[in-house]
Amino acid sequence: MAYTAKVIEHFENPRNIGSLDKTRTDVGTGLVGAPECGDVMKLQIEVDEKTGVIKDAKFKTFGCGSAIASSSLATEWVKGKTIDEALLIKNTQIVEELSLPPIKIHCSVLAEDAIKAAVKDYISKRKDPA
Amino acid sequence: MKLPIYLDYHATSPVDPEVFKTMTPYFTEIFGNAASRNHEYGWTAEAAVEFARKQVADLIGASEKEIIFTSGATESNNLALQGVAEMYAEKGNHIITTPIEHKAILDTAHALEKKGFKIDYVPLDSYGRVIVAELAKMITDKTILVSVMFANNEVGTINPMAEIGKLCKERGVIFHTDAVQAVGKVPVDVNALGIDLLSLTAHKIYGPKGVAALYVRRKNPRVRLSAMMHGGGHEKGMRSGTLNVTGIVGLGKACEVAGRVMPIEMPKIKALRDRLWQKIQAELDEVFLNGHPTERLPNNLNVSFAYCEGESLMMGMKELAVSSGSACTSASLEPSYVLKALGVGEDLAHTSIRFSVGRFTTEEEIDFAAKKVIATVKKLRDLSPLYEMAKEGIDLKSVVWTGH
Repeated sequence: MAYTAKVIEHFENPRNIGSLDKTRTDVGTGLVGAPECGDVMKLQIEVDEKTGVIKDAKFKTFGCGSAIASSSLATEWVKGKTIDEALLIKNTQIVEELSLPPIKIHCSVLAEDAIKAAVKDYISKRKDPA
Repeated sequence: MKLPIYLDYHATSPVDPEVFKTMTPYFTEIFGNAASRNHEYGWTAEAAVEFARKQVADLIGASEKEIIFTSGATESNNLALQGVAEMYAEKGNHIITTPIEHKAILDTAHALEKKGFKIDYVPLDSYGRVIVAELAKMITDKTILVSVMFANNEVGTINPMAEIGKLCKERGVIFHTDAVQAVGKVPVDVNALGIDLLSLTAHKIYGPKGVAALYVRRKNPRVRLSAMMHGGGHEKGMRSGTLNVTGIVGLGKACEVAGRVMPIEMPKIKALRDRLWQKIQAELDEVFLNGHPTERLPNNLNVSFAYCEGESLMMGMKELAVSSGSACTSASLEPSYVLKALGVGEDLAHTSIRFSVGRFTTEEEIDFAAKKVIATVKKLRDLSPLYEMAKEGIDLKSVVWTGH
């Protein structure tokens, strides 16, 4: 399968690789997918607790090139957004930006799910301080 | 060194220059129809075909009268299964094969199932070898055919052919083997191994694409086949159609070369394959060999690189032409059915890469490939949440995943 230039670019120079301390209350962690399905994404956000702005984002992904590119792009996009704005990111925008073929749409869905899971984790930590 | 490095010889191989040279005049000057019985052009073409028939037969210890030329191993496999099924339908309707055959066998078996034949799949061990004792239990008086691949195209495991051949002989069942990956790589003798039907193809052994053969035993027992292709009655009525003389000349030459160089070529190829595997193992943890450690084709290496998905591995080492059992490389999104049948977990099946070494592979290429593989796996593991979790001591099997 031939990849688009943008997928290759993100794959070769992934943005924001790494991990944040998942025990911190200002960090939300989303872990989606399954090893059996060939895709697992971990996306983390660090949120300014006063403004709700995402200050930093990190990811690690097990998956194909398109999955890696989708999560790399997702971290780029969420940074600087509030958590409410981040929740508005749709997989179709990722598909469009990376020109993903139909067989790779599930990668973009997974990236959207990862953002939502990270925000959800952050919010749940706020409600229920451990 | 030409990039990308070709390490996908199981898929196909380039035509050997010696083979190409032999074929060349048959495109232009020597163009006759081998079935033209009344002039020089036809006789020359026929002589070339018969010469090639002998070359093919010699490589597998057969008589030239037992070789039928076809358009590809898919056709050879179809002819073997459908031809036997139709010819021996009155004797029985039971066929036994394995779950890791090439699709040319599996899909043909499915088609026969729809026509009322009963297909059973013999259990395999975790290396992909047929368990002969199980096969013995499955044969009934209705069994007309056992079809077992000589060597598997993904993991390279070689089946206990002599044992299977002996069993089939004792029970009076025809034994077919899809030997496309084995012929030219390991010694094959249809009489010593008790093989009744054997499919082989030119393009896996440095011959041209679009030409192949089916060996059909003439004595003890004489195997008969119903034709699938009807027409002028070529190939003893078993396969009509004007012979692809140029291709057949190429197949014959490729067989001759393969037989001649095998004793020198295969140890060299095996050493290169082993070199690659040793270098990978020296630098990387959690890498797993798929298939049998010793009973395997000398040119095959199939490895699962835990925590690195196969398609991204191939993307990361785009300087290497290899193949993967990962779902993402197939249209179905299912990982390799071969690895699944061997009991390789789906998580590891997604991380597998098949390397196949060939006649033109060099040590320099292997060293470059090893470096590239090691660097890519390390890079992807830095990127892998699974590797991170495993290193933290989390049992990945205990995690509740949100499958999609």
